[in-house]
Amino acid sequence: MSNTEDKVPEKTSGPVKGKKVFEHIIFKDWCKSCGICAAFCPRNVIGRDEQGAPVFERPHDCIGCRFCELHCPDFAITIKEKSGEG
Amino acid sequence: MPEEITKLIHKYLRHDKKFPHVWCPGCGNGIVLGSLIRAIDKIGLSKDDIVMASGIGCSGRMPVYVDFNTLHTTHGRALTFATGIKLAKPSLNVITVMGDGDATAIGGNHFIHAARRNLDLTAIIINNQIYGMTGGQFSPTTPYGSVATTSTWGHIEHAFSIADLAVTAGAAFVARGTVYHVQMLDEVIEKAIRKRGFAVVEVMSNCHVQFGRRNQMGDPVTMLKWFKESAVPAEKAAGMGHDEMKGRFTIGILADEEKPVYTEQYGKIRERAVAAAAEELKK
Repeated sequence: MSNTEDKVPEKTSGPVKGKKVFEHIIFKDWCKSCGICAAFCPRNVIGRDEQGAPVFERPHDCIGCRFCELHCPDFAITIKEKSGEG
Repeated sequence: MPEEITKLIHKYLRHDKKFPHVWCPGCGNGIVLGSLIRAIDKIGLSKDDIVMASGIGCSGRMPVYVDFNTLHTTHGRALTFATGIKLAKPSLNVITVMGDGDATAIGGNHFIHAARRNLDLTAIIINNQIYGMTGGQFSPTTPYGSVATTSTWGHIEHAFSIADLAVTAGAAFVARGTVYHVQMLDEVIEKAIRKRGFAVVEVMSNCHVQFGRRNQMGDPVTMLKWFKESAVPAEKAAGMGHDEMKGRFTIGILADEEKPVYTEQYGKIRERAVAAAAEELKK
């Protein structure tokens, strides 16, 4: 993938105590696999499968900036804050 | 930021229309639509109080997907239909969505005169620097030297700055945003809708399929990165020289002034004319 250069180094993804936890929902019927969400994620949370569709590979690293949700041209991503976990 | 932005957007969509929408994967039109819906939701306008009119082109498909009073009109004439609606029923919030070619080439005259009259309309102009739907012909905003299907040897014409044109033509509010700077875009669209008078928002958007592909920016990510790098906030641009600004563009609010609004002035004239006629009858 050409768009993965200048990114933060990969971190081990696991639950961190006290950190906010987010639920990531991809509405696959509407997603066109454009790659905007995966390329701009500041924490490298989103990867892509063989077809180019987004996969939330490291959900525990998500900081809830909602860049992906705001920039998804197809309204196919929803980020929900989970309560009482983490 | 509201919880679950996407859920909010779904509230305003016409779910009986065919989704996913017609635009290409990664097209900026979807991002602009999201921004527009969030701005409308923030203002708290009722769906019935909004009229959305568009012309022809990829951007012309936008009103089809939203649950407002909508019009998909002829090429370049979104503003003329909007003018008629606003004059007939001034209480409505009329928003037009146009492309760069639609607004400044085919509808160029309508655009400058709507700005000059200071009609109380909101004009959102999605500038993707090319005619996308018809096959990638150059438009009035295609940059000098770039390649389009009708300028395969490099474009020899110079590009318009839509925002500068709007300022010169007398629009009360002019702003420029990009599809990368979405939060800023939400804010300027909100301000434009609230503005009494002619409000223009030029949105730099990506047509990676027709423009990008021929100009070494063949995917949406490269184009969004280009917006990120070449957009300069208006406050910062004021201190930059001409050479420094070469190949870049300013974003933010470029003009915001109060001046008499056409629709209100027209209402007053009508009242005076009616009173004068009544006076005449008494004689």
